[in-house]
Amino acid sequence: MSHLSPFQTFLLLSVLKIAVVLVITLTAVAYTVLLERKVLGRMQNRWGPSRVGPFGLLQPLADGIKLFLKEDLTPLAAERPLFIIAPLIALTCALISIAVVPFGPPTAVKGVQLFDIADLNIGLLVILGITSIGVYGIALSGWSSNNKYALLGSLRATSQMISYELALGLSLVGVVLRAHSLRLRDIVGSQTGHGALSWNVFGGLQIVAFFVYLMAAYAETNRSPFDLPEAESELTAGYHTEYSSMKFAMFFMAEYANMITVSCVATLLFLGGASSPFGSLIPAIGGAVIQAILPILWFVAKVLFFLLLFIWVRATLPRFRYDQLMAFGWKFLLPIAMLNIIFTSLYLALRA
Amino acid sequence: MQLALFIIFGALAVAGAINLLLQRHPINSALSLVVVMMSLAVLYWSLGAEFLAAAQVIVYSGAIMVLFVFVIMLLNSGEEERTTGSRAAYIVGFPGAAAIFCLLSFVFLTERQALGVATLGGSLSRASNNIADLSSILFTRLLLPFEVTSVLILVAIIGAVVLARKEQ
Repeated sequence: MSHLSPFQTFLLLSVLKIAVVLVITLTAVAYTVLLERKVLGRMQNRWGPSRVGPFGLLQPLADGIKLFLKEDLTPLAAERPLFIIAPLIALTCALISIAVVPFGPPTAVKGVQLFDIADLNIGLLVILGITSIGVYGIALSGWSSNNKYALLGSLRATSQMISYELALGLSLVGVVLRAHSLRLRDIVGSQTGHGALSWNVFGGLQIVAFFVYLMAAYAETNRSPFDLPEAESELTAGYHTEYSSMKFAMFFMAEYANMITVSCVATLLFLGGASSPFGSLIPAIGGAVIQAILPILWFVAKVLFFLLLFIWVRATLPRFRYDQLMAFGWKFLLPIAMLNIIFTSLYLALRA
Repeated sequence: MQLALFIIFGALAVAGAINLLLQRHPINSALSLVVVMMSLAVLYWSLGAEFLAAAQVIVYSGAIMVLFVFVIMLLNSGEEERTTGSRAAYIVGFPGAAAIFCLLSFVFLTERQALGVATLGGSLSRASNNIADLSSILFTRLLLPFEVTSVLILVAIIGAVVLARKEQ
């Protein structure tokens, strides 16, 4: 690569990084669906998908082919442009926020960071902003499909996401206060040193914020026990009732991609990102390549833990009633998140 | 690079604003406004105001415009009739708009020295972190206006609650 100018190297490596991350994320989305079906099956004392490929491992491929080949219906009374744009907005917003997530330790090759696509000073705010734009996908899909179930579902989803966004944002303030920065690399950097003891959940005394974040994140991704927008017993399928074929698949992928993003953010902010829980207790074995790859394995393990938690909660908890959902968000999570900010800032101010 | 971003998103902002006026359905107009706000956020970003860009996206396009869209969806307002407009709009509107445009460009051009020149992407380097600068000014020198503004918003919220409350 010696004959390339710095800008050309940057461009080439960036495109490569984007392609790799996109492929990995989409594969992860497909296999999260399979994981959910398998684990849910086991929790409900049945097998789950087991026919396609060994252990049902090719099931996502079969699902993909099925969804591609299905007839793509558009209701006659639908608002046509918005009906098509809505799933695109949902999926794009779900995939973009992965771009600011640092997957591994800072490793520069020819001046380009390998383990993140973009390293921004306001990385955390970018994630929050993109999440808030994602609301449009759901709101517009319900309205444009001209169906009362879809409209009710999207109204529920929109109000739920707006309400829980506050608790979500406020729960992150404690972490930002500790790291003195909104840059995700700095936030991860503030949690290294003593392994798991310096993670924000344990040593950072942000365990309350962690649980507030977790509950708000479940509501943001419209997952059970907050899956009122698609409550099948009352709303058919919620906002995507009228969608079929690949447009439906886009909403489906967006939901799982959002789950992955939320898990990545939880890992970065509360579990020390790609750092090992043992800190420097384990001696550095292997060459430089293994030392660069090992943190990524930790990162993936932590994200996987959150995904399993999502599935476990879905298999365990019943759905909230709508007034309970709103009261829980506004009267319980929001005050707790504010108290957490006050206590954290008092602690930091008194110790300084 | 920054110049290309500026041209693309400046054009997008203008196109969105024109589309906002031309669309006949309220929801399309609201969405055009979202496009304008997002393009403005990119312009702020290319000028180095990162926090302003993020706040623009989160507050305006993420919260306020979602509420707009929400209300339009709830009211289910239909397409609007295209009218020729009142005569007052033609007599006063066009000269008024032209006068304001001339006045603003006159002020900006004559006060060019005092206003200074912004460079595209000038302060986007890692060296300066404008969130820290912004917050230290906001919470020391501008603390009183900041707190007064928050009280003002609180008054607005309480007013909304009073207006929305059902009569006993």
